Amino acid sequence: MTHVLDPTAAGRPVTTGAPDAFADVTRSDSAFRAFLHGLPGVDQVGAEARAAQLGTRSIKTTAKAWAIDTAISMVDLTTLEGADTPGKVRSLAAKARRPDPTDAGCPAVAAVCVYGDLAGVARDALAGTGIHTAAVATAFPSGRASRAVKLADVRDAVEAGADEIDMVIDRGAFLAGRYLDVFEEVVAVKEACGPAHLKVILETGELRTYDAVRRASWLAMLAGGDFIKTSTGKVSPAATLPVCLVMLEAVRDFRDATGVQIGVKPAGGIKTTKDAVKHLVMINEVVGADWLSPDWFRFGASSLLNDLLLQRQKLRTGHYSGPDHVSVD
Amino acid sequence: MTSVFEYAPAPESRSIVDIAPSYGLFVDGEFTAGQGTPLTTVNPATEEVLSEIAVGTDADVDRAVRAARKAFTRVWGPMRPADRGKYLFRIARLLQERAREFAVLETLDNGKPITESRDVDVPLAAAHFFYHAGWADKLDHVGLGAAPRPHGVAGQVIPWNFPLMMLAWKVAPALAAGNTVVLKPAETTPLTALLFAEICQHADLPPGVVNIVTGAGDTGRAVVEHPDVDKVAFTGSTEVGKQIARAVAGTQKVLTLELGGKAANIVFDDAPVDQAVEGIVRGIFFNQGHVCCAGSRLLVQESVHDEVIASLQRRMGTLRVGDPLDKNTDIGAINSREQLARIRELVGIGEAEGAHLWQPAGELPERGNWFKPTVFTDVSPAHRIARDEVFGPVLSVLTFRTPDEAVAKANNSTYGLSAGIWSEKGSRILSIANQLRAGVVWANTFNQFDPTSPFGGYKQSGHGREGGRLGLRAYLKES
Repeated sequence: MTHVLDPTAAGRPVTTGAPDAFADVTRSDSAFRAFLHGLPGVDQVGAEARAAQLGTRSIKTTAKAWAIDTAISMVDLTTLEGADTPGKVRSLAAKARRPDPTDAGCPAVAAVCVYGDLAGVARDALAGTGIHTAAVATAFPSGRASRAVKLADVRDAVEAGADEIDMVIDRGAFLAGRYLDVFEEVVAVKEACGPAHLKVILETGELRTYDAVRRASWLAMLAGGDFIKTSTGKVSPAATLPVCLVMLEAVRDFRDATGVQIGVKPAGGIKTTKDAVKHLVMINEVVGADWLSPDWFRFGASSLLNDLLLQRQKLRTGHYSGPDHVSVD
Repeated sequence: MTSVFEYAPAPESRSIVDIAPSYGLFVDGEFTAGQGTPLTTVNPATEEVLSEIAVGTDADVDRAVRAARKAFTRVWGPMRPADRGKYLFRIARLLQERAREFAVLETLDNGKPITESRDVDVPLAAAHFFYHAGWADKLDHVGLGAAPRPHGVAGQVIPWNFPLMMLAWKVAPALAAGNTVVLKPAETTPLTALLFAEICQHADLPPGVVNIVTGAGDTGRAVVEHPDVDKVAFTGSTEVGKQIARAVAGTQKVLTLELGGKAANIVFDDAPVDQAVEGIVRGIFFNQGHVCCAGSRLLVQESVHDEVIASLQRRMGTLRVGDPLDKNTDIGAINSREQLARIRELVGIGEAEGAHLWQPAGELPERGNWFKPTVFTDVSPAHRIARDEVFGPVLSVLTFRTPDEAVAKANNSTYGLSAGIWSEKGSRILSIANQLRAGVVWANTFNQFDPTSPFGGYKQSGHGREGGRLGLRAYLKES
């Protein structure tokens, strides 16, 4: 399995703005609003029941081993603290390359995710590994800055070496119904990204309803996001299974309608192997195996990796070790 | 769809159940021999013989009814209502304590997936006892005036699709109201009822309050026709229900019947499509479609027909059919060869009538009784598969253009047990629900059950209600 996020993996042309089939829906504020509000509704009780039902799958032995390795390869190993230093980032990069120093067979993670000013440190530390450097931008996590500042933030991070940009949408504008403003900002950020991949953070914990999550997902996909991502990790609730379900349904429907495949990244709150496996089951049964790869699915997480490593050691050795057998971050 | 993510087998262990080579009849607190020629009960997923089951004759049934009458007159009837409640609470807790055992046994005997017996059948059975335990000393508030009285001896005959749950629906309200019981389980699924008899012993339930007489149709007839039975409750086919109605006519017996159905599941163009598809799947493939209230007629608005059917077929492709004990199985075995033959016959008729059959790819196990999840499109209301109850994993899809047409087609059935409505528009849901002649109408969900909610039918789906205050009243009379 390749762990490289290949910009041409789905043969996607580098374009900005909505795919042709939907070019007209963003022609005006009212047209865009009509389109987004015309998407099928999400019944909250039903969506949560379906997510819970998928969570009861029993994944054991060989299936569990496969799921753990796949989940490790999908981790965007993340540090987003005010106290981050180059040393902290280098130490995280070392872990990203070789998550389990006792086992060379353990896959590397997909990317290291940092603030923009540390993107250069991460890129240097990851040089030649195929592991990506992701940087958060656009006045993360609140997104409360002028568009000029946000775009400058993005360009800075890309110039520093980020090949993946995690942006936040303007939730204030979205909740106020100014969908076209939000759309245009994502389009502008995508342009500023240049060759870098764009992950669009919806901050679903602030959108609150599944209907809004579906609309924001379509907005981000139409605007040219390569991934849609649940959360910054700074707002609670962050990623939940039902939110991820609604976003997976959105990328599935979007590919049916346009032929373009979009990735999904739940972030924040996924801490255990059990949680990660539930997500993989959901991918498998809702959108299918096409998304079961780090090219199309990521976990934004930090502590998750250590739990995956402990469970991996347990499967290999038959007994549980303990927190001293995996590295502190 | 070939997947890179293959789920390894995850079988629930059957070592928790201890099935005896043979079982007698549970009469007057003890297991006793039956005088009929014994039956065998088999695991429909493997055709393995599980046990030999006694068959009750007229004389055996008479013995059981005498025991029930004695218990009613001397012990259960005069008992303080709060004390009756204590026994019911005790039974409910024992069901919970031995939940895994009941779930595995139900799956072995019935063929339903362990996830369903574990997450639906057994918890709901316990919930019915808890609910009715609370009612035992509050019967003044049931709506029949002060101090309503029990009928006496209740004769109850239950089907094979939810063996333990149907037992709970029948036994819990009967006992809470102060009646005693003679219950006949279905001939193909007697084992959980017999394990329930053990629970009654462990709960120190006075002898004769619950009697369980196994057997086939003749045993059931003997229970229903016994002159000293005061109240008859039956769940099963409409055909047998009619026979029972004839047998009871002209007697003093009180009767409730819960019979077949051909429920319409109505999907409007503004429905939450993904959840509607889940509801369609739950409506018809839950319990292999062996559900009297199954949503077996999908009425979908023409403007969203193609989208809904495409989505449904994709979803059906992910249903896992196979070993019922595997915790990842969605659809288990068909309960009996007879039922499998009936499903095949009706599906054959559907094809011959010109409806379009679709089934997902995949292999079925070689041994045992299996049928793939099936959807028929291009079904006309005149087709047999749109009118007859298949009682299997077979969905018939019809279309409509306007709400009026949806109501007309939904009500165009000799049955009227349940219905479903899928729409994001609340006012439409309420308006349609009021026009549907069905005992239960689900809105944006399907096949949800709760002990507080009355369940029962219109027309040939039967009469009387089970569950909630209405269900309890069926076991009481004004004093």
